[in-house]
Amino acid sequence: MKAIGVLRFPGTNCDRDVLAWIEAKGLKSEILWHLDHFDIGNFDSLILPGGFSYGDYLRSGALAARSPAMKSVRLFAEKGGPVLGICNGFQILCEAGLLPGALVKNESRRFIDDWAVLEVVTPSKRFGSKLTSQQEIRLPIAHGDGRFYSTSEDLKKIADQEQVWLRYRENPNGSLQNIAGVMNENANVAGLMPHPERAVFDWMGGQDGWNFL
Amino acid sequence: MLKRIRIGVKIMPRDVILDTQGRAIEQSLKLNQMPVSQARVGRFVELDFDLEPELAMKRATEIASKLLCNPLIETFELKMEASPAGKA
Repeated sequence: MKAIGVLRFPGTNCDRDVLAWIEAKGLKSEILWHLDHFDIGNFDSLILPGGFSYGDYLRSGALAARSPAMKSVRLFAEKGGPVLGICNGFQILCEAGLLPGALVKNESRRFIDDWAVLEVVTPSKRFGSKLTSQQEIRLPIAHGDGRFYSTSEDLKKIADQEQVWLRYRENPNGSLQNIAGVMNENANVAGLMPHPERAVFDWMGGQDGWNFL
Repeated sequence: MLKRIRIGVKIMPRDVILDTQGRAIEQSLKLNQMPVSQARVGRFVELDFDLEPELAMKRATEIASKLLCNPLIETFELKMEASPAGKA
């Protein structure tokens, strides 16, 4: 069994939750340090967990997106390998240009820590493939820079090409078109602001995240 | 001997992006009876080079467009600054 690679940058803080989730599913994982390139052939998929990589300096995800490990992530993604970015991981993938758009400050100017009801728009074939279009799920959100932004031209393109993965039922942060998660054109790279790894066991308050792996 | 050159990079959020810091400053100024029509907050980065001016400018442009600025949400301007003191 090939491992799921979990990226770790200075300031990543959801990596252990992701590792526990992978372990609970009986899958193999391996931590990938931001300073090291890695052999993309060893991995089944990659996860960029949440946190505050590089202290969110410059822009959320900006410095992590230019780290050595991300060169390998790019290579892996270009060969069609599945890559999932959660929260700060989503911001990193946008900054790396592997996903469209940008995540900017919440409209409320506040950090939001809450549960959000989401609608699946186009299901990802790799992450949460059991989800169906229009299905409603509930996941925790925790972010200050979670407002999805793109030009109206690109928003149209994203929608037309079925790259919208998840939408908020009630917009918590001012995201354009209520977007909570997007995919790249080939649908092998996906990112979302909500935290599936924080909703995998009943005691967490919900289990809708369990099937995202 | 090359003279050390300093290039300033001014990065501003695009008008369409909500400038949360600018908004907070506007509110504080209003509360303190110093109202302004608008306050916007960007970022200023100084880059020092020991290079010929044209090459330094070229490098700074590359750095600004590849890392310091996200063109989707920000714009940047470069300006040659006074040479820093210290190393000649």
